[in-house]
Amino acid sequence: MTNMNPYVPFASEILDVIKHTGKEYTFRMAFKGEVKPGQFFEVSIPKFGEAPISVSGIGDGFVDLTIRKVGRVTNEVFEKYKGQNLLLRGPYGNGFDVDLYKDSEVVVVAGGTGVSPVRGVIQALSEMPDAQDKYVIAGFRSPDDMLFRDDLKAWDEKLKLTLTVDGAPEGYTGNIGLVTKYIEGLPLRDPANAKAVVVGPPPMMKFTIIELQKKGFKDSNITVSHERKMCCGLGKCGHCRVNDTYICLDGPVFNYEFAKNFVD
Amino acid sequence: MGYVLTKAGFAEVIASLLEEYRIFAPVRKVGAGRFTDVDAVIYDEIRSADEIELEAKSDYASKEFLTPLSETLFYFTENEVKESDFDGRPVLVFGRSCDLHSLKRLDQIYLENGLAKDPFYKRRRDLIKCVLIGCGHSYDNCFCVSMDSNKCEDGYVFSVDLIDGKIHSNILDESFDKAFSAVSGSEKKDVIPRFVTENDVKVEIPEEVPQGIIKSELWDEYTTRCINCGRCNFVCPTCTCYTMQDVFYSDNGRVGERRRVGASCMVDGYTDVAGGGQYRRKNGERMRFKVLHKISDFKKRFGYQMCVGCGRCDDICPEYISFSNIINKVNAASKEVKS
Repeated sequence: MTNMNPYVPFASEILDVIKHTGKEYTFRMAFKGEVKPGQFFEVSIPKFGEAPISVSGIGDGFVDLTIRKVGRVTNEVFEKYKGQNLLLRGPYGNGFDVDLYKDSEVVVVAGGTGVSPVRGVIQALSEMPDAQDKYVIAGFRSPDDMLFRDDLKAWDEKLKLTLTVDGAPEGYTGNIGLVTKYIEGLPLRDPANAKAVVVGPPPMMKFTIIELQKKGFKDSNITVSHERKMCCGLGKCGHCRVNDTYICLDGPVFNYEFAKNFVD
Repeated sequence: MGYVLTKAGFAEVIASLLEEYRIFAPVRKVGAGRFTDVDAVIYDEIRSADEIELEAKSDYASKEFLTPLSETLFYFTENEVKESDFDGRPVLVFGRSCDLHSLKRLDQIYLENGLAKDPFYKRRRDLIKCVLIGCGHSYDNCFCVSMDSNKCEDGYVFSVDLIDGKIHSNILDESFDKAFSAVSGSEKKDVIPRFVTENDVKVEIPEEVPQGIIKSELWDEYTTRCINCGRCNFVCPTCTCYTMQDVFYSDNGRVGERRRVGASCMVDGYTDVAGGGQYRRKNGERMRFKVLHKISDFKKRFGYQMCVGCGRCDDICPEYISFSNIINKVNAASKEVKS
């Protein structure tokens, strides 16, 4: 459909489906065009509605959309298979600027599906020459909820990864505890100039930032990405507004120096 | 330049305009109001001049044509997305000064916020011309003078004032002159649309609302008083929020449509994200979010106040919450926060 109407979705073929857990799949969608990690697409299933889903991977001719089976729209997506189509609009939002993280100590703290929007950032960090100065703390609810297991293994070899779960059945040998627990012990040389990226549920972000501040991080060196209800992605529907900021237009990625003034 | 004419003469004007235009105007719906034996004045497409309610302030604002409560955007068939058809005939919308001022606010969001112009809004916007209903007096809860939206110098094609049984019209768009001059007995005369110079209700808005007001106790009262019905949003001439809604047909579940429907920041579900996350659970917080948008946040982004002071939110509120009262409370509290 040749159309300048920004609400008209385009059909995108499902190239692959990667199942992380029983309720979290990554859909590899055909897409040609510029995309940055942290941007999002409005994913729609006719009859059900649209949901904003952040880009969890970018490659030649495709984008990955990692979707959690939690809402009415997202449940329907889970009945789709390779070769079928999803309707998309986007990408929307500003996304991360990974060049910001060159040549400095970096800590990425991500919780649950919050790993999706920063997956591209972590990927880039792991390929930087000073990858040994890049730290990632990834937290999931339980061992069964872990996403991107193959990536986690690969990242662990290149940069400094701390993987943790909120809770686990008896006999689990990995880390148990909230992501906030691992910030104090980070062996940073210069926390005052180190950079951080924080993405996850609102309480996790709040307490992670408190820990980073305690550690000596400057607010202006912290980047956050916010999740809000977004019906349009175009600055019209109003749902994502906080103060005088439209998360979909001005974000969802913000410098914390600015985002700390957000009051919902 | 303008005309003074009889009601019958005005009916002729409207009849001739109806040959070219669809006309949306406030219409009295007898008995349809909030209480028994109370009328509602709402917007509707009219077929004759006698349907137009020129005296009472309408319960709903003139945005009804531009941003309908529910509008179908697309039809989905199995492999196609088809934009909804649209009646492209030109439209006249009657509105008061506050309504005409609200248009700038609606345009701001739908046409100017973000890079994309909203095509579904624009296709309606491009069709309309406004007719100004003069205000001979201030109505209950109006505070347009405080909001500087009591007067329109332009932005309308002609005005209508009903004074002692006669219609007084100022013509700004000469192409409408013909409709008036053709009426027998119409008297050519200089007409200035009536406007209000003072309201009983006055508000004072601080030049800059301090951030500290967010934590003020003044919002707590609304956590208990407000029942988050959202009526204040739906009658507001400057509220623009909407939600996407897909429906599918029960006879054929593979075919359906996508609509957008009016949304309210006061109503449950407005901020819900997948997985049950929600922002602003308390009604007091929602009230704060709405009020600060109207008198501060919108201005920070666009440089002028959003609220036009029509007072319709106060008129409609089932809990008798007064928006103007809240503004004045914010003003008083702002001084405290500052000092």
